[in-house]
Amino acid sequence: MRKETQKKLTNLAQKVVNEIDHETDPYLDIPIRSLTNVRWNEKDGLLRLGEKKSKRYFFNVGYARKFMQTLLVADFCKNLIGENIHTSIRDMYYNLKRTLPDTTENTFETQDESNPIIVDLETSLDTLRENLHLLADRKGIVAGNVKIKDRGDIIDWSKLGSGGWSIPSVVEDIDFVKVNAKFVLVIEKNAGFERLHEDKFWQKYNCILIGTGGQPARGTRRLIRRLNQEHKLPVYVLTDNDAYGVYIYSVIKSGSMALAHASEQLGTPSAKFIGLTPTDVKKYGLEKFTIKATDRDLKRAKELLNYPWFQNKQWQKEIKLMIQTKRKAEIEALSARGLKFISETYLPEKLKKKEFLP
Amino acid sequence: MEKGKSAEQLAKEQREVSVSEFFERNRHLLGYDNPTKALLTVIKELVDNSLDSAEDHRVLPRIWAVAKPKGVDRFKVMVKDNGPGMVDKQIPLAFGKLLYGSRFYKLMMTRGQQGLGASGAILYSQLTTGKPTTIISSTGDGKTSFYELMIDIKTNEPEIISHQVIDDGKIWHGLKIGMEIEGKYIRGERSVLEYLKETAIANPYADITFQGPDGKLSFKRGANKLPKLPKEIKPHPYGIELGILKRILDATRAKSLLKFLTNDFSRVGNTSAKQICKVSGLNPKLDPHKIENHEAEKLFRAMKKVKLLRPPTDCLSPLGEDLLLKGLQKEINGEFFAAVTRPPSVYRGNPFQVECAIAYGGEIPQEGTVKVMRFSNKVPLLYQTGDCAITKSIAITDWSRYGLKQPGRSIPSGPAIILVHFASVWVPFISESKQALAAYPAIMKEMKLALQELGRKVSHFVAGKRRHDYHIKRKRIFERYIPVVAESLSNMTKVNEEKIKLKLEKIAEEKTGVMENEEGDSEEINQSSTESSE
Repeated sequence: MRKETQKKLTNLAQKVVNEIDHETDPYLDIPIRSLTNVRWNEKDGLLRLGEKKSKRYFFNVGYARKFMQTLLVADFCKNLIGENIHTSIRDMYYNLKRTLPDTTENTFETQDESNPIIVDLETSLDTLRENLHLLADRKGIVAGNVKIKDRGDIIDWSKLGSGGWSIPSVVEDIDFVKVNAKFVLVIEKNAGFERLHEDKFWQKYNCILIGTGGQPARGTRRLIRRLNQEHKLPVYVLTDNDAYGVYIYSVIKSGSMALAHASEQLGTPSAKFIGLTPTDVKKYGLEKFTIKATDRDLKRAKELLNYPWFQNKQWQKEIKLMIQTKRKAEIEALSARGLKFISETYLPEKLKKKEFLP
Repeated sequence: MEKGKSAEQLAKEQREVSVSEFFERNRHLLGYDNPTKALLTVIKELVDNSLDSAEDHRVLPRIWAVAKPKGVDRFKVMVKDNGPGMVDKQIPLAFGKLLYGSRFYKLMMTRGQQGLGASGAILYSQLTTGKPTTIISSTGDGKTSFYELMIDIKTNEPEIISHQVIDDGKIWHGLKIGMEIEGKYIRGERSVLEYLKETAIANPYADITFQGPDGKLSFKRGANKLPKLPKEIKPHPYGIELGILKRILDATRAKSLLKFLTNDFSRVGNTSAKQICKVSGLNPKLDPHKIENHEAEKLFRAMKKVKLLRPPTDCLSPLGEDLLLKGLQKEINGEFFAAVTRPPSVYRGNPFQVECAIAYGGEIPQEGTVKVMRFSNKVPLLYQTGDCAITKSIAITDWSRYGLKQPGRSIPSGPAIILVHFASVWVPFISESKQALAAYPAIMKEMKLALQELGRKVSHFVAGKRRHDYHIKRKRIFERYIPVVAESLSNMTKVNEEKIKLKLEKIAEEKTGVMENEEGDSEEINQSSTESSE
């Protein structure tokens, strides 16, 4: 893989050098990552990047800066791969930031400028940032009856005390030594993870527990997919009862627009939504513990209504309820019925009755 | 409350005050408010007179002016011209008396209009230094007149201190006037130099040399053609003021009102004259000299009511676009010049004509508002900028549509000089100091039209220049990134960094160079650029 990515980078640079040698305006082909070029593939249930590309010419005032930045990042990654070291995207930003001679202009002004360039490079080389030896943020944690091998170390996810195992940015090279679980439960909040972990939920119900800490990082998404694909484990997702929670589920399931090129590595189309739903709120009498939805929540919920993968009775009903009641509820609302309600009543009932949303 | 004086009493008292005395008390009205302005006014009045007389004589004006410091706030001023000179007998009258002249009811497009110019300066000199003014003149007959003159303030009559005519056989014509005054020399916006520079622009056929505290300066002639000689015209009834009507009534040679109207005014024939008499209720046979004040008022009103042809406009002598351009080009280092001369028009019975010009770019400062140069009958106006119709008309013109920056309705900003020349037989100054034009609607309309036409002319250039600047900026962007791009590419491909850099620079040159000149003949430019790179 290293050789292959290195080759891709060299080819890219060589193409540009050839164009310069022929005294033509050099350009980079960058796939377009906007709504117009992202489609949901009904067959595999994933968001996919289309064929549309934009030519990023150097001798175009609008593109020149990005062209320069793309080559800087490419060169940097080629070095990382060559030396076989990894670094975070933030570290890369600081490494490449410098002031251009005789100007007040920096190669990158903020990390918001360098992050999209990484995605540009990923998509144009048809690779992933992991292969470019760049590490995304890490924030997911996992626990369960699983043994893995990571950089030669055997790690037992069941013997990591109260903390759980922190999911790295790159999970590609992890080998699963032993997987003893019937399903994967993904929970949006790390606080919720702590609760279930302390209650030994994963032991009782023989599952793998993953806390994403909000929108899941790439490593976490990749790990979920690998467990689902390689070990045929069903994936259930537990989020807050609000538009943002549903969106997190949507990203785990179908992929995101921004990373549509990587959906195949990151998406888990067979994932199911376990809760929290507006119907749950009613059913368990949690109305008193709900929060008023903001205009942004409602706007987002209305957008969700149009997602192709939510075009089914159950989801339409739940999202519409969300909009009608103008209320939202966090997972913690369940604690109103006792702190252990979630692990001893709510989840077991749901799992038993197979009360999932598609 | 104390009973006020009647109007008649006031008028009687006023008559007793001579014009010279009036001047002494109100010298600020004539531009002698302070030593700085006074030095400028003296030089300006003398130079304006000289230009008028040379033009009258149809010679290309050649003017020498000197301002020599004489102790604290004192100057010896001397102005010499190559005009026709003045007949010996005429000199004391022309210079030793205020309001002398025949121009009250004959209208002509000249610089001086009120007969106050040179004699005002002489009076100022005498008031501030007590010294007489020296006048030397010859008409080309081999004799030279020498005068030392003062003005008797009480009687407004010339006081000849010394006089001699020398039969020296020198053949020359012209006039040299020298006086000592209280004055202060400054530099900048309202200085003698600025006045002379602007004069040189509006009179490009004149050659002006100035010897001042900053040394000798020459404003060389830029054209060898005088504008056509302005024709004298009689006043048009619509343009006349009551006071002037009374004065003309006193001075006329006509024996009857009917004759007076037909002889002393333009566009008044027998029929219209009879109609005026009829409307005013006055007998056409009435002796104009015997017309009473209240009758004059009736006549005045009738003159405005009767329908008349517009006054003739051939009395105007604008500079014309060619001379305007030459004037600007010889004094301003700009990149682009344009000029517009409007056809003549009429305000309140007075023919007038507006012309304007612009200099853009080059060495004109980028920052700040556009410099405005105002002229009336080729005389620069330096004071009362904000009150002037010219300033106002520039501010109400929408310059943004011609590519100049203009915050709100104000003077636009950018590297430009806008010149406006107002030519008329009767310039509507808002005050005696003759520094600002009144904003009559007809005048404002013409100025705006002239400026809009000028704007259209300059807009092409400004747009082109902006495009040019954009390409330069564009090229700089590429040049800034080239080293980074070359380094990254060289790292990845091992191709020589310098080689990539040079190639990129070459492409940048081609990409931006061709487009910089896209308005020109691109083929020819391409050829020359490849030649130079070889």
